[in-house]
Amino acid sequence: MTLLDIIIAIPALGFILALLIPRNQAQFSRLFTLAVSLVTFVASLGLVTGFDQKATGQQFVTNFVWIQNPEIHYHIGIDGLSLWLIMLATFLTPIAILISWNYIQDRAKEFYAFLLLLEFGLIGVFSAWDLFLFYVFWEVVLIPMYFLIGIWGHDRRIYAAVKFFLYTMVGSVLMLAAIIFLYTQAGTFDYVTVLDMLQSGRIALTHTEETLLFLAFFLAFAIKVPLFPLHTWLPDAHVEAPTAGSVMLASVMLKMGTYGLVRFCLPMFPGAARENAPWIATLAIIGIVYGALVAMVQPNMKKLVAYSSVSHLGFVVLGVFSFNQMGLDGAVYQMLNHGISTGALFVLVGFLYERKHSLAIKDYGGVATMAPWLSIVFMITTFASIGLPTLNNFVGEFLVLQGAAIRSISWAAFAGLGVILSACYMLWMYQRVFFGTVDGVEAPADAHGGHDDHAPAAHGHDAHGHDSHGHSMPDLSPREWACVVPLVVMMVWMGMYSQSFLPVISAENARILDSTRKSPISSNVKITPVTGGSANAR
Amino acid sequence: MLANFTPSASDVLRFLPETILITAGTLMMVLDPFLSASKPKFFGHLSILAFIAALFAAIAANGDPGFAYSNLLVVDGFATYFRILVITIGIFAVFSSYHYLDREKAETSEYHALLLFAVSGQCLMAASNDLIMIFIGLEISSIASYVLAGYLRHDKRNNEAALKYFLLGSFATGFLLYGVALVYGLTGSTKLNEVHTAIAAPGISLVMVSVAAALMIIGLGFKVSGAPFQMWAPDVYQGAPAPVSAFLATAPKAAAFAIFLRIFVTAFQPVASSWEPVLWVMALLSMTIGNFAALTQKNVKRMLGYSSIAHAGYILVAITSRSEIGTTAAMFYLAAYALMNIGAFAVVIHMAGKGETNVQIDDLAGLAKKQPLTAALLTVFILSLIGVPLTGGFFGKFYIFRAALESNLVWLAVLGLLNSAVAAYYYLRLLVVMYMHDPSEATEALEPLTPGLRVALVLPAIGTFILGILPGFVLNFARDAAGIGK
Repeated sequence: MTLLDIIIAIPALGFILALLIPRNQAQFSRLFTLAVSLVTFVASLGLVTGFDQKATGQQFVTNFVWIQNPEIHYHIGIDGLSLWLIMLATFLTPIAILISWNYIQDRAKEFYAFLLLLEFGLIGVFSAWDLFLFYVFWEVVLIPMYFLIGIWGHDRRIYAAVKFFLYTMVGSVLMLAAIIFLYTQAGTFDYVTVLDMLQSGRIALTHTEETLLFLAFFLAFAIKVPLFPLHTWLPDAHVEAPTAGSVMLASVMLKMGTYGLVRFCLPMFPGAARENAPWIATLAIIGIVYGALVAMVQPNMKKLVAYSSVSHLGFVVLGVFSFNQMGLDGAVYQMLNHGISTGALFVLVGFLYERKHSLAIKDYGGVATMAPWLSIVFMITTFASIGLPTLNNFVGEFLVLQGAAIRSISWAAFAGLGVILSACYMLWMYQRVFFGTVDGVEAPADAHGGHDDHAPAAHGHDAHGHDSHGHSMPDLSPREWACVVPLVVMMVWMGMYSQSFLPVISAENARILDSTRKSPISSNVKITPVTGGSANAR
Repeated sequence: MLANFTPSASDVLRFLPETILITAGTLMMVLDPFLSASKPKFFGHLSILAFIAALFAAIAANGDPGFAYSNLLVVDGFATYFRILVITIGIFAVFSSYHYLDREKAETSEYHALLLFAVSGQCLMAASNDLIMIFIGLEISSIASYVLAGYLRHDKRNNEAALKYFLLGSFATGFLLYGVALVYGLTGSTKLNEVHTAIAAPGISLVMVSVAAALMIIGLGFKVSGAPFQMWAPDVYQGAPAPVSAFLATAPKAAAFAIFLRIFVTAFQPVASSWEPVLWVMALLSMTIGNFAALTQKNVKRMLGYSSIAHAGYILVAITSRSEIGTTAAMFYLAAYALMNIGAFAVVIHMAGKGETNVQIDDLAGLAKKQPLTAALLTVFILSLIGVPLTGGFFGKFYIFRAALESNLVWLAVLGLLNSAVAAYYYLRLLVVMYMHDPSEATEALEPLTPGLRVALVLPAIGTFILGILPGFVLNFARDAAGIGK
């Protein structure tokens, strides 16, 4: 039994035990699930310290036959690609539990139990090396998120939950068809074997077959990412989900899609991936710009952050389909960055919501004077999100843009527009929420630094009727500090010293890229050289 | 040579499950005048004992496989699999009936006797090697089922269900009989293995064989509620008493699929290429009609009726693939399907209330708040019906579509899988009302689960997980049994 087995087993056992806690012991449920998730996180640190950077391929492998015939393996392991994504899941789950501490009172036990089930599924998705097992985990993730949105969400939660479920389901059944088809060709679900057979040409796919299989996988992943124009479930799901749901959804679940692209689509069907890269990249760029433009006009903070996710995830897809080391490294790094900074944005928006019970930007104003620490943390997160150098997103976006530029300068130009637009919508939102007053009047300049009880600008607007008690706002509580400090630390760390994270990612990406080049299937496709290869971009 | 009228010991053993069930059923009718007033639950207990005895008899008979009674019957893994399945369904039907019959003040011996007869007919179907025996088994099962569907004779809905079921069912049996007659005329035999040999021989009119196969497809299509012969299913499942609906949706269907498989995999195997396109269309129509019609239903029983049509479609996909894997897949799926339907109907029985007043989907509202355990168990069955991993429904579906893809039925597989995504929508509605709505009047006034229903809920739930997580045992049994075509 490896450490990875333990890390998967802890949340699963925790889920079952948490369900057995009596209903009236809500506080105990919270403490128990928090403890479970913290233990999982601490254990997962062992993956980082125990990860052999020099070794190639999977580590912490467990592989035994789960079902005899058809032979399905319980085959899990991690490599440079999955290591940090698993860390992201274990890192954010305790935070998700902690931010829900006061907010979730109704059926608290089930809520926290579902978060553990979600964590179990997410770790599983990122570590499965058997296609069947991957599909199992992929679907397992769906159930807790469906309930998290549907039970504890806001007004239109049911619509959002069902939409979320059905979108994912449609994509994943086609992926299942593709997985079974591969099985009928290869006689195994073991990903390494299937990949090896595909690359060595022992499974000879026709061009049509390869394209269809690629599209089946791609559609499932593109819905999850979500890639424009399949993104419409995302704003609904995000807006309606409780804060913890939004955090887990944006930070980790969306990465299932991009992870799938890198892990499965590229190595298995390199020819089809390269062939289809132009229109996919175009969709990604449309997503970047469209997401940013739509985010700009959102009156709802959560929806704004949700559309910013569409934009940011466009960068990831663009990086993946640039087919070069820079782009791919940037894409994977951007997955992590987006997880941290968008997760933090949702956490902070959740804090604001708990204070004022509104997500509308117009209901806020002058928060900076009332809750200065909250504002500062929000500002750092905003800067991270718009890609300010020294913070995490900068590194990822820079690499992606560079990778895209190698492929085609126009790709990089349009995508770069997204970076500029992100500064617009984020800063504009920041200005409207944290400065000024509720009805848009500028706050006095000296308001900054005012105490969190009664800010000077607070009086005189009560008659306006929004919220007569809303002009005072408590600053971050110790529990909230505990949520945001790790996130901010990670933003700075990942921005200042990406060398802690990037080498293992690059090593794995190099292998993946390498495998996409030497495959005999793609021999009929003209292969773009990695450097200076803007030849076929136009 | 004189016929030997004394059955051998093997003959007796191989026919033992049916013997036990028929004897117990008859015994009940005899005991009824003495016991029905004083001990209304006695007959339920007795039939459970009889079912368990029959279960052991079926397992024992499997230890001595072979033909019985001049090749009329055959005990093989396939027969044993379906015998065990229908007997198990019978046990759960009794468990889920206790409370219902008590609530409706309708506890009688004949209800249980009819269940025993129906299951004995189904066991016979599973073990038949002869078209006439198949017909007799089918009739024993069907006639008992017709009566059960109209069991609460003062209830209009029951009467409608029984009448519809009877008329359409007899009509379908007629088609089947025409097919049998035609086969006999063509081949001079009704024994499946002899028919197989005769059809495979050169010189036989393949057109006439195909006509016979078509007639049988119509007859069996009715019995398995495959489109376009599915019309009766929603009406009957909606109208019949809830525990009877649970039984009708599972046991007769399993047995009908058993003979479907046996006839088409053995007797008609040589003309498989002619019936494959027919089944292809039938499978697709069943899935599509069942799923799309279920989308707009408001009554849970009716919705499950349409969903059962869709599930019949999935199983037809497996049969269409014409391979041992397909047969295995159909067998496995029938077991998974039986468990999840019994469980789902058990919740309906629990919710329905006297006179079945609360069978709308909205009546389930807020169940998760009032009875979290019931809601959680129903969730398991619904997830299995949707086909979410780690449940039997998923693994069954996976296996069916694997069989389809291995037989190059790519489009059928893709359309079937997309169908299962459509199905998710209406199953999710049950989850939505249970978990995301406030309690309805029906759930507010709900009594706690009775022990009988608890059995009919918890064991199928465990079974659903076992089939989903560790399917090996059942799957291996089914795979070993699936070689009936050889």
